[in-house]
Amino acid sequence: MMRYLPLTDTDRREMLAVIGAGSIDDLFVDVPEAARLSGPIANLPAHASELAVERHMTKLARQNLSAGEAPFFLGCGAYRHHVPASVDHLIQRGEFLTAYTPYQPEIAQGTLQMLFEFQTQVARLLGTDVANASMYDGSTACWEAIGMARRITKRAKAILSGGLHPHYVSVAKTMAKYTGDSLETSVPALTAETDVDALIASIDDDTSCVVVQYPDILGRITDLRPLADACHAKKALLIAVVTEPVALGAIKSPGEMDADIVVGEGQSIGVGLQFGGPYVGLFGCKDKYVRQMPGRLCGETVDADGRRGFVLTLSTREQHIRREKATSNICTNSGLCALAFSIHMTLLGEAGLRRLAGINHAQACRAADRLAKVPGVRLVNDTFFNEFTLDLGQEARPLVRTLADRGVLAGVSLGRLYPGEGALENGLVVAVTETVTDEDIEALATALQEVLA
Amino acid sequence: MSRYFTEDHEWIDVDGDVGTVGISDYAQGQLGDIVFVDVPEAGKSLAKGDEAAVVESVKAASDVYSPVSGAVIEGNAALADEPGLVNTDPEGEGWFFKLTLSDASELDGLMDETAYQAFVAKL
Amino acid sequence: MTINQSGWKPTSPQANEGGARATFTGNKALMLEEALIFEIGDDQTTGVDFPAGDVAGSRLGNLTRKAPIGLPGLSEPETVRHYTRLSRQNYAIDLGLFPLGSCTMKHNPRLNEKMARLPGFADVHPLQPVDTVQGALGVINELAVWLIELTGMHGVAMSPKAGAHGELCGMLCIKAALEKRGEGHRKVVLVPESAHGTNPATAAFAGFTVEDIPATAEGRVDTEALKARLGPDVAAVMITNPNTCGLFERDLKAISDAVHAAGAYVYCDGANFNAIVGRVRPGDLGVDAMHINLHKTFSTPHGGGGPGSGPTVLSEALAPFGPLPFTARMKDGHIALIEEETAGDDHPDTFGRMTAFHGQMGMFTRALTYILSHGADGLRQVAEDAVLNANYVLRSLEDTLDAPFAFSGPCMHEAIFSDEGFPEGFSTIDVAKALIDEGFHPMTMYFPLVVHGAMLVEPTETESKAALDQFIGALRSVAGRAMAGDQSLKTAPHFAPRSRLDETLAARRPKLVWKEPAGTREAAE
Repeated sequence: MMRYLPLTDTDRREMLAVIGAGSIDDLFVDVPEAARLSGPIANLPAHASELAVERHMTKLARQNLSAGEAPFFLGCGAYRHHVPASVDHLIQRGEFLTAYTPYQPEIAQGTLQMLFEFQTQVARLLGTDVANASMYDGSTACWEAIGMARRITKRAKAILSGGLHPHYVSVAKTMAKYTGDSLETSVPALTAETDVDALIASIDDDTSCVVVQYPDILGRITDLRPLADACHAKKALLIAVVTEPVALGAIKSPGEMDADIVVGEGQSIGVGLQFGGPYVGLFGCKDKYVRQMPGRLCGETVDADGRRGFVLTLSTREQHIRREKATSNICTNSGLCALAFSIHMTLLGEAGLRRLAGINHAQACRAADRLAKVPGVRLVNDTFFNEFTLDLGQEARPLVRTLADRGVLAGVSLGRLYPGEGALENGLVVAVTETVTDEDIEALATALQEVLA
Repeated sequence: MSRYFTEDHEWIDVDGDVGTVGISDYAQGQLGDIVFVDVPEAGKSLAKGDEAAVVESVKAASDVYSPVSGAVIEGNAALADEPGLVNTDPEGEGWFFKLTLSDASELDGLMDETAYQAFVAKL
Repeated sequence: MTINQSGWKPTSPQANEGGARATFTGNKALMLEEALIFEIGDDQTTGVDFPAGDVAGSRLGNLTRKAPIGLPGLSEPETVRHYTRLSRQNYAIDLGLFPLGSCTMKHNPRLNEKMARLPGFADVHPLQPVDTVQGALGVINELAVWLIELTGMHGVAMSPKAGAHGELCGMLCIKAALEKRGEGHRKVVLVPESAHGTNPATAAFAGFTVEDIPATAEGRVDTEALKARLGPDVAAVMITNPNTCGLFERDLKAISDAVHAAGAYVYCDGANFNAIVGRVRPGDLGVDAMHINLHKTFSTPHGGGGPGSGPTVLSEALAPFGPLPFTARMKDGHIALIEEETAGDDHPDTFGRMTAFHGQMGMFTRALTYILSHGADGLRQVAEDAVLNANYVLRSLEDTLDAPFAFSGPCMHEAIFSDEGFPEGFSTIDVAKALIDEGFHPMTMYFPLVVHGAMLVEPTETESKAALDQFIGALRSVAGRAMAGDQSLKTAPHFAPRSRLDETLAARRPKLVWKEPAGTREAAE
């Protein structure tokens, strides 16, 4: 009956005989009578062929306006980049796709060596000593970093920059309600300056960490060194959050500016938009904090024949051993997305990453200059990488909807991210990657000019 | 100097009011290769039965309890670089921490070497 | 100190004598060694063609990254070869039976992959205007309806990123519900000894205190002990059903009733839902919250350790506290996205947001594809065949291996054995490593902790009888060698890409990132 079920009715009969059961129902005797369902659940459809399922799913897919169908400028934590064809081919190899967590290292060296390479790539990109084998995504990695800072400093007050992605702030607020952390939060202002001076002023002896996004939610870039120094003067940690890792091909890494923990969203490299997930959380830190790190770690060792090999290591931090004393409850990470990240990064290499970053920045500069010429539009940023904020002089959110109707996906309105914050409602965050053409920029500028008029 | 054991497999040597604490040879054998030991810092005050240290093998982490109450004088710094000392010399170089006893009468409830060996033999 | 009860005492492997025939390359025919990208790549090579960009006159705030990053690049052919070679050092479901208990390593249908890659799903941004993503929201909504119907629950939180994240979702709902009732003082969560490690870790993370509940001799929760512990300080019970010994908790309904009467909630770990999907609805057993691992029951790929996806179904009592965002189908067919902005009116008691965006969309499309392929009838058959296969393994091997709970009746989707009867010096790990040489992935070892030297075998429903018979034969052979004291098991595997790896060394001297060997640069100059 079902293409995914190999047993035949003859097999089933023979196997029941071996077991000594009269029928399949005899194997479910431990289910209380009242809870047994006598047949398939009513009101749900029966099995369907590949063709029928494909038809149904394709119909749903067509109800979406995909990024490739329109000039596309959305960012704010998820970015559209071109992913080389070989990445998707390689991650679909069954030996990667259908493997489990590498608990038997002798027959999982492929996954383990890849993770070791991934950890090294991530650590070098973020500028940290070490990195783990990935987290769920950037937002949860950010929260885990705050928890890690609490364990290290034994203090519970975290100061979150107003430039931190509001969803990341929301996740931290949710978790803090239950773990006893106190969070100082704020919203950004539509100015060229970040809140770094205010953050420095607010650090005190109770502060566990300062969390700052780089580049921030409005696309602004600020030197983290003074903030790191201020944190360390009070024995607090600096946590830097990177939602667009391609930026680190152009700008200094947070680690180079002495951040203690650097987390990020790795989606930009290799993974694709996918309506928000699965993504891949990046997590790096200084060597001395490695035992307080959450998540899986892969390490180098040797086998009984003296050959180099890799294993999961320092597992005693983790839930399956430490149970209620674990550094985190995380179990599954984001292995296949980490693989995609690592393959794409290998294809890029340092030369390719720097060029990709250069193209992103150059195209963003072109777009910013062009859009700032639209009457009524003000460019908020002095600094940016591939994402900047426009002040449209009127509420941006309905304009984004209108522009979508005209076939332009114009960016993310701050009204969507900060509902109820009147001071931000005129803001539009525009991301410009290598996928944006000069024609796309012109289309956005023209459409914007028309709807603002 | 006398040595006492707990049912949780810690040993304590007592010299005056200073005790030296470690885990027994039996205990290290149960864990396999020790890869990490987290010893308490000097000055930490412990009650009898408190979690005082953590000892880790590749696949297990175990809490080590303080056999008596007291204030920690020092943790064994050598274990940071050479956790394997707990395997090779558990009841000697592989000691965990020293503390000043606050109540010597707590020793009365512990086993001596002979009693402990009999206890382990039954496990 | 607390004693390690699993029976696993890992030590460094004994060095093998150099008997293997060496080759010049280290390769052995199709078994190909592969260096690290840091050893074969360099900072000039790239597999992606871009014009050299000019960053002069930039707006990077004088923060241009000048120092070398240290990221090696490879051309496309070298990249394809590197990762293809690595892939061949992995075992996978596509290669053979993968009986990892509790992990449900079933076949991953390729239609799922094809559907997830439709541009309408794969190339859509999470913050697009909702009018432009009605189909994506439709997938979430349609999957949610299926999950609710299959579990007999009231609502479902779709955003949790994995099983453990789903557990956290359920426990935060419970916490929020207690606080709303003014009973935030309930701090104790009761967890059976046999539970997955994530259960106590999650409860502790959510600010609860964990207390163990013992198991009975037949491998189930000790109902009387549990009932006796209920009281005004207990917030919840976390139970896995079917449990990690592969047994159905037949008292669960009675336990739920007692827990509810005592003012607490029932969290069910749904990791093993595969055994009962379509035959039992957890909602009928009084469960208040249960996560569903889409990567187990609903066949989304494990990917070498994720990504997972852990939608969490909720009872009527807990649904009002579920996280943001979620979807709602309106009367006109439009699907609304309920976020912070509108939650105040419709969902005021939500505990908040667990992650950026909407959850694991790529896994939702795969799981929905799988569910539609099977339908209500096929999913029921999934549970039946999974249970049939596990019982077949149990009864075919109980004369060879100790099966501690076999006397108490049929198992569900997994069969458990112990190392009872092995001669001195032999342990479960030796059997597991020898199975590798036989061409199988080993079963789950040393879990659950309530069974000494546990071997937990979950064949899943996507194995044929012939595949099971071969596995049974292999395990019988290997177990026989262990019982006979065959020393060659102690150095197994002998035919894998690597022999036993020194995990002690890895943990004592952690090398977590690659570092250029000292002196290499000077030598090259």
